[in-house]
Amino acid sequence: MILTDAEKAMLDGHRGKAHQKAMELLVRYGEALGAERFVDTTNVAGVPGTSNPFLEKYYTHPGDRYDVVYSLYDLDSDEVVQVPRVSVNSCHLQGGTDPENWQTLGMKPEQLRISQAGEAGAERLGIKVLKTCTPYLAGNVPKFGEHCAWMESSAVVYCNSVLGARTNTEGRESTSAAMITGKIPDWGFHRDEYRFASHRIDVEVPVESLMDWGMLGYFVGESVGERIPVLVGNFARPDLIRHKHFGAAAASSGGVEMYHMVGVTPEAPTYEAALGPNRKVETFTYGAAERRRTYETLNARGKDTDVDYVMLGCPHAALEQIQEICGLLEGRKINSGVRLWVFTSRAVRAISDREGYSKIIRDAGGVVLTDTCSAIGQALPPNTKVAALDSAKQVHYLPAIMGIQAWFGSTADCINAALTGKWNGVAP
Amino acid sequence: MSEAATAAEIIRLRGRKVVGGVAEGEALVTRQTISGWGGVNFMTGTIIETRHELRGVSFANKVLVCPGAKGSSGWSSVFHQARLAGTAPLAMIFNEMTTKIALGCVVMRVPSITDLDRDPLDVIETGDWVRVDADNGIVEIRKSPRRSR
Repeated sequence: MILTDAEKAMLDGHRGKAHQKAMELLVRYGEALGAERFVDTTNVAGVPGTSNPFLEKYYTHPGDRYDVVYSLYDLDSDEVVQVPRVSVNSCHLQGGTDPENWQTLGMKPEQLRISQAGEAGAERLGIKVLKTCTPYLAGNVPKFGEHCAWMESSAVVYCNSVLGARTNTEGRESTSAAMITGKIPDWGFHRDEYRFASHRIDVEVPVESLMDWGMLGYFVGESVGERIPVLVGNFARPDLIRHKHFGAAAASSGGVEMYHMVGVTPEAPTYEAALGPNRKVETFTYGAAERRRTYETLNARGKDTDVDYVMLGCPHAALEQIQEICGLLEGRKINSGVRLWVFTSRAVRAISDREGYSKIIRDAGGVVLTDTCSAIGQALPPNTKVAALDSAKQVHYLPAIMGIQAWFGSTADCINAALTGKWNGVAP
Repeated sequence: MSEAATAAEIIRLRGRKVVGGVAEGEALVTRQTISGWGGVNFMTGTIIETRHELRGVSFANKVLVCPGAKGSSGWSSVFHQARLAGTAPLAMIFNEMTTKIALGCVVMRVPSITDLDRDPLDVIETGDWVRVDADNGIVEIRKSPRRSR
C-alpha cells in the first residue's frame, strides 16, 4: 500500500503504540483486499471493546480490561496497549443487553457487568454509546458522499443506498482501528466505479406494505448475492421504514451492501445513471410466483400455529412503528401465554416513554426494550417454542441461532398472534 | 490405484495472496457462500445456517474452499473467535473478495488465497488433500483416491 507521511508516522509508532497497532492491522487488511491506499473517514460505527463471557475467560492478561480486549481482540495485537480517545466521530452500535430490563431478557448479572464495563470504556474513549443497529434513527445521519466505516449490514446498506454516503461492510476489528486512526482502506464502496448496478430486478407485483418490502428484499438478496441491484417497476416510493426492512432483508439473504431504485435513491436519478458504464446486466423478475416462493421460504421454520413469542423491532423500531403497534393493540391485552418484546434504540425509547407509547405497550402486556434483540442478545422468553416476526432479517437468523420455530408476516399478523396466541398469517 | 499414480495427480493453481503462510490439509468445499455471525457456531466451527448445504458440518482444521462470505458484519468476529477457540480452518481458498472475508482471513491468521487461474470450486472436492502456499500464491491439490478418475 502507498502510505502518506502521516500514515507512515502512525505505522512507525510516532503517535504511540495504539496508533501503531491499529495501523498494522489496517495495512494487513488493506493488503488482503488489494487496496492501494487509505481514505480518511469521518464517521465510524462499530462495537469497540465489547466483551463477552468467552473473551473474558480467554484473555487472562493483566491490566485494564477494556484496554486488554481492545488491544488483543479489536486491534488483533499481540501486546496490550493503552487505548487513547478516538480521533473521529465514532459510535457504538447494538449491544447484548438492555441495562434497565436485563432481567426481563433473562441475562445474568455477569453479562450485565461485562456490558456496563464495555460501555464505560467506550465512553472514556469519547465513543457515542447509541447501542442500536439503526444509528441513522438515533442521531448519526452521514452526509451524501461522506466516507464512513460502518458495521451492521442493515445500516451499511442504508448508508450507501438511501443516504449516498460511502461505506463497506466493515468488521469489528477494522472499525475499532479506524476510530483511533481515522483511516480505512480505499476500496469497494468508497470508489465511484464500484457503486454502479450490475443486476436488474423487474418488480411486477405491487410492493406497498412493510411485509411486501421485506419479502422483496429477501428475494433480491437471494438473487444477486453480494452484487448491486437496480430495481425497476411500478412500486410505490418507499419510506424510511420500508427502506430499512428491504435493505436488512437483502443484506441477510445475500450480501447486498447497496441498491438503486430509479428516481428514488440519490445515485439513481435515471436507470442509465444507476448502471454507469455497465451495459450488460443480468435481470431477475419478481412476480407473483417469486413472491409466493419467498413467503414460503420465510415461513419454512414455522409449523405449530400456537405462538408463544412475538418479537418486533428488527432492525430497531422507528417511532412510527411503535405508534403503529400501539394502534393495533388498541387497549387490549395480549394472550397470557405470549410474550411481546419490541426492540428499539435508547433514543427512540426515550421519546416513546415520554409520549406514553411504552406505557400503552406495557399495559397491553408487552415491553419496549433497547440495545439488543433476541438474535444479537440470544435472549428469548423462557420456554419459547414458536415466534412470530415481522422482519425477514430476523426470521432468517433467529430460528437458526436459537433452534425455535418462527413465522413471518405483517406487523398486524404478529400483533394478532400476540392477542390470540395463534398464527393466522396469510400468504400474499 | 498405485502410489505413483496418486502422486502424479497433483493439480497446481496460482492465485493472489490474501494472508501469507503455508498450510496443508483436507479440503472442505461448498458452492454456497458462508454466513459468519448467525451462520456459524464458533465454539465447534460448525455451519448452522438453515438450508446451507454444509449445515451441521465443521470446518475446523480443514482447508475451506468457498465462493466467499455473506451476511452480517460480524463475519470477522465469528471467525476471529473461532481462531481463539481452536476451530478455525487451516487455510482459506475463495473466489469473491469482500471486506468480510478479507478481514476474517486477516484476524484468523491463516494462509489465504483468491483470484486463482482456475475456479477452485471446479477443481477441488471435499476430501482432496490441499497444500496452500499463500506466500507464493500456489495451491496444490492431490485428489482423494476414491474420487480420482
